[in-house]
Amino acid sequence: MTVIDPVTLAVLKGRLEQIADEMDATLYRSAFNPIIAEARDACHGLYHAETGATLVQGSKGLPIFVGAMSFAVKAVIDKVATEGGLDEGDTFLFNDPYDGGTHLNDFRLVRPIWRRGKIFAWLASVGHWLDIGGNVPGGFNASATESFQEGVRIPPVKLISKGSMNQDLLAILAANSRVPQSNYGDLNGQINALDLGEKRVHTLIDDYGDETVTTALDTFSERAEALMRENIKALPDGTYSFEDFLDNDGVSDSKLTIALDLTVRGDTMTLDFSRSSAPCTGPLNIARSTAVACCYVALKHIFPDVPANSGCLVPIDFIIPATTLLGVLAPKPVGGYTETILRMIGVVFGAIAKAEPKLATAAFFGTINALSLAGHRADGTRWVMSMFFGGGLGGNPKGDGLNHGNNAISTATMPPLEILEAAYPVMFTQWALRPGSAGPGRHRGGLGAIYEIEALDENGAEVFLLGERGRFPPFGVAGGSAAALNRFIWETDEGETTAPLVSKVTGVRIRKGQKVRLETPGGGGWGDPAARDEARIDRDIREGYVESKERPAEDDAVRAKKGRAA
Amino acid sequence: MSGEVAVASGSASIVGVDVGGTFTDLFFYDETTGTFRTAKVASHRGDEASGFLSGLSALGTLSSLGAIVHGTTVGTNALLERKGARVGLITTKGFRDVLEMRRRDRPHTWGLWGEYVPVIERSMRLEVNERVLADGSLRIAVDFDEAKAAARQLVEQGAEAVAIVFINAFANPENERKAADAVRSIWPNEHVAISSEILPEIREFERSSTTALNAYLQPVVGAYLGKIDAELSKRGFKGDFHIVQSNGGVMATSTARRLPVRTALSGPAAGVIAAGAIARAAGRLNVITGDLGGTSFDVSLIADGQTALSAQTTIDFGLVIRTPMIEITTIGAGGGSIASVDKGGLLQVGPESAGSLPGPACYGGGNMRPTLTDANVVLGRINAERPIGDKLARLDAEAATRAILAHVGRPLGLDAPRAAEAIVKVANARMAGAIRLVSIERGHDPSRFTFMPFGGGGALHAGALMREVGLESVLVPRFPGITSALGCVIADLRHDHVLTVNLALDGLDAVLLNRHLAETAREARAVVANAGVAVSRIDTIFDLDMHYVGQTHTVQVRVPAELDGEVRQADEAAMRTAFEATYLSEFSRLLPGVPVRIVTLRTAAIGRRPHFDLQALAPSSGGEDARRGTRRVWFDADWRETAIFSRLELAVGARVQGPAILEQPDATTIVDAGLVAEVDRFGNVVISRSAM
Repeated sequence: MTVIDPVTLAVLKGRLEQIADEMDATLYRSAFNPIIAEARDACHGLYHAETGATLVQGSKGLPIFVGAMSFAVKAVIDKVATEGGLDEGDTFLFNDPYDGGTHLNDFRLVRPIWRRGKIFAWLASVGHWLDIGGNVPGGFNASATESFQEGVRIPPVKLISKGSMNQDLLAILAANSRVPQSNYGDLNGQINALDLGEKRVHTLIDDYGDETVTTALDTFSERAEALMRENIKALPDGTYSFEDFLDNDGVSDSKLTIALDLTVRGDTMTLDFSRSSAPCTGPLNIARSTAVACCYVALKHIFPDVPANSGCLVPIDFIIPATTLLGVLAPKPVGGYTETILRMIGVVFGAIAKAEPKLATAAFFGTINALSLAGHRADGTRWVMSMFFGGGLGGNPKGDGLNHGNNAISTATMPPLEILEAAYPVMFTQWALRPGSAGPGRHRGGLGAIYEIEALDENGAEVFLLGERGRFPPFGVAGGSAAALNRFIWETDEGETTAPLVSKVTGVRIRKGQKVRLETPGGGGWGDPAARDEARIDRDIREGYVESKERPAEDDAVRAKKGRAA
Repeated sequence: MSGEVAVASGSASIVGVDVGGTFTDLFFYDETTGTFRTAKVASHRGDEASGFLSGLSALGTLSSLGAIVHGTTVGTNALLERKGARVGLITTKGFRDVLEMRRRDRPHTWGLWGEYVPVIERSMRLEVNERVLADGSLRIAVDFDEAKAAARQLVEQGAEAVAIVFINAFANPENERKAADAVRSIWPNEHVAISSEILPEIREFERSSTTALNAYLQPVVGAYLGKIDAELSKRGFKGDFHIVQSNGGVMATSTARRLPVRTALSGPAAGVIAAGAIARAAGRLNVITGDLGGTSFDVSLIADGQTALSAQTTIDFGLVIRTPMIEITTIGAGGGSIASVDKGGLLQVGPESAGSLPGPACYGGGNMRPTLTDANVVLGRINAERPIGDKLARLDAEAATRAILAHVGRPLGLDAPRAAEAIVKVANARMAGAIRLVSIERGHDPSRFTFMPFGGGGALHAGALMREVGLESVLVPRFPGITSALGCVIADLRHDHVLTVNLALDGLDAVLLNRHLAETAREARAVVANAGVAVSRIDTIFDLDMHYVGQTHTVQVRVPAELDGEVRQADEAAMRTAFEATYLSEFSRLLPGVPVRIVTLRTAAIGRRPHFDLQALAPSSGGEDARRGTRRVWFDADWRETAIFSRLELAVGARVQGPAILEQPDATTIVDAGLVAEVDRFGNVVISRSAM
């Protein structure tokens, strides 16, 4: 094997990441649905020819996809290995969550890059499509008990065969969505991205030679593994346990446990989730590949210097039994997978905080709050607005948590409300920070938010919510306190009301002029609130970040101040 | 309207002024005779106007001067140091936190730590009852008295400027304008920024941020420009005073005072414009520019002769400006950067800076801590007896040595030259990192790029950076210290106009579109024509932001209607062809059957400056002996008797083998051992690796 000089290696790394970034940007700019175009719920990368392992990812790609995509590529590799029939000019499409992770809305396109008749590597694109059929517009069916109620499921099939588009498949896709044109636009955007990526990778290999690029890719992987081992070695050996809970599964109102026993031994780590709840009836289950992907996300947040490359998972063992809700098979519903993996990432943070206080980070708000408003306009056309909302990040040794950030699994930005109002018959009446929602601490959590939306259409709107943190707030660490709970309220002819399952709502109707209101949690606090800096307490009160009357926990900050004054 | 208005009279001479943190550089150009003069004077941080004016005085009488064009860093510094005005915001009820909530991003993709402090505090953000819907219809009209009361409250709370941002104001600015009238009726100054005037585009956060930052800069930039304006007229200046915009175009001072957010990268942009012109003339299309000033190192990349423009720039996390700017990467490493040893025994250089006041220890201004400049003095790389600029007669090498020994030498157990060499190495590594960031990390191979240092200090480090990053060669312009000032003189005039039009392409209302083209062109051209700077012609460029209905982003389509004196009509067929060609250049697939919409019209009037022949800068005579003897200079762990040359007296074609030092009034160039310097026909020094 050739040895590459460090400068060439660095140039190749930069150019490959640039290619993935360009693919991301191409899809964002040409997509139709705001979840991709504005919120950037998409990802592109380059994957190993034989194993599907992640080689390179875009710097803006959604973290959870960074972990999950290699499983998607592996699914195609396995299919081809058993069934054969792969040709130059083929591109696969699928959304099967049991064969590559996440949920049905995430459509993957996978395409081999051929060099001299052999596969050099795979390119893949994933994007969240707006609506894929199923019982609930937008796909977040909080009361689904089978995958079939969540939407259409497509196994890996050829979208493009020897360069020609499979029109029959396009017809099937169009027939299975409430918004076929939106999906068609997004699909074309993903093809745009793959076309560009393929062209760019060929140019790169032509410039540097096949062998040099291959060697560079192997080197990236070795370096990621070595760096992860160094990070693990710096943690004290031992077993650290942490658990947290989900409100319910959307069907029956009982809590679900996510429990982790994290063991550090030398430069290896074991993540054992055996003590977690059994598979549930509702959609809060996840497939094993999703579980592994989210642990990767958690560890990369804790050790951000490790490159986004499968090599970093080599020193880690996963124990995720199929007897838990974290390793289910088809057709167990998985549409609420985001909530489960957010809790999993939280417990990894919690366990690491016990192992190494310098890395202790309080819980982020921990729910995506998938809120869909949908209906028919006066002219009969369907509209579906599906959105995910922000909240506070956790206090940490360096400072307060960020106000109104995104969850750990995502870097998706929020679509501008002006874009949403231009696209859908809704009007936002509030888009604000939620005072008093942060967990108190020496470094408090970040604030959650309040969003209030009024239906403008004559026919009103149907409302669906798949959220969490309605009963178990984001936790504090190192003596910090928990944040506020999630709240969802809507107007009825009889006044305001809330849901029996607190964070999950299916098929409620509001009339024109009525509103829904979502109040999201802040982040947990870090350290003893009584040790909080005076100037920060003063600022929080002056700027209205805390309102002592709003929530008893908020009194902590005020009390801390008074206590010292007395 | 015709092209003739373009040629303004009476502006036979023009001065470009670049105010940096340490020095103010001036470039005087007589357009009739084709001759030039330069000057360099000390800057005064916090009182940039005084350096500006003393520099002008050094060039002689102001009354005969036609125009002054200025690249300013006053806005840049106010943003980076968070030293803008106390600003208030008046916004739609329910939305005062938009500015603080951003687009729900976070500082880093990986790692969840970090905070955000908006430039307008929450208690300074007030709401009024008003609402415009997405289609522009008025749901709630704003109440004049309520807006006035909000303004009063902000004044009472100490606001020096106010931003007015209403939801959907891009679609209908009526409420914003009415509120602005109410605010202005009691506002004590001119600092009222309105989102529909500053950025009439959809996306409330980007519009809020840009408007808020405009208001944040208005008092600072306004006071600065006002002071200079007043002084200039007092001193008999009758010409026009202009400012370089962040996109490299020049605008009138009155526009800059109204839209200071467009000056965010004014100074650096002027330098990049000149660097691009110099490199192009020298036949080099791939260039990385590096401006090493007193406090920062600004890097920009020119690939295939094109300066990269970005539509939107993030100055710092959550500080977003949406207006086209030249892409510039800045790190806090400059001549004034302070060297220190941290608790872990690690040597650091910057980002803390001694600036120009008090300045490096060798300036004798009271700073006792060592800087990068002090290290260069101790190593003999900078001539202490003949410092650049007119600020000091000599540099205090003893003071530099004492500072380095006390703060770096003793903690690390090194003698003075070795400690100084370590400081230079650490600074070089940081600068190399910035160059890698814009090249390698974006997939550009540095071996295909020429490095062009400018500013007073860049050429001291260029050879080392070339080797460390693997750049092809170095091109040191003839007057590196005045590159930005030169850019001010050669930059084109430019005025940009944005209008949301929202027209369907299918069944296009071509009459309406062409009326928009003609009206915006008239307006933009008038601004350029009335600017009072000589231009050879005015070009008008129209771009339409277009997309398939359903997409949220757009492609920018150039209207095939070059406007010289008359409007050529844009029609549906021509626009469809142009749209599809542009779309296919960016994406691989069209979407037949999906309707197309024209969202925004962007009109730019560009006043082309008369061609500036860079040959004017070239050495006029040759053959004189440029050698100035030798001195002891520390290279690679030892003192070496090193040849010193007077750079400006080197003839075209002269070759100097390193190690050598080329001195000139505005910069010092180091030619390290193993490198060779050669003077090209423009007087640039090209440094490359010696043939072995």
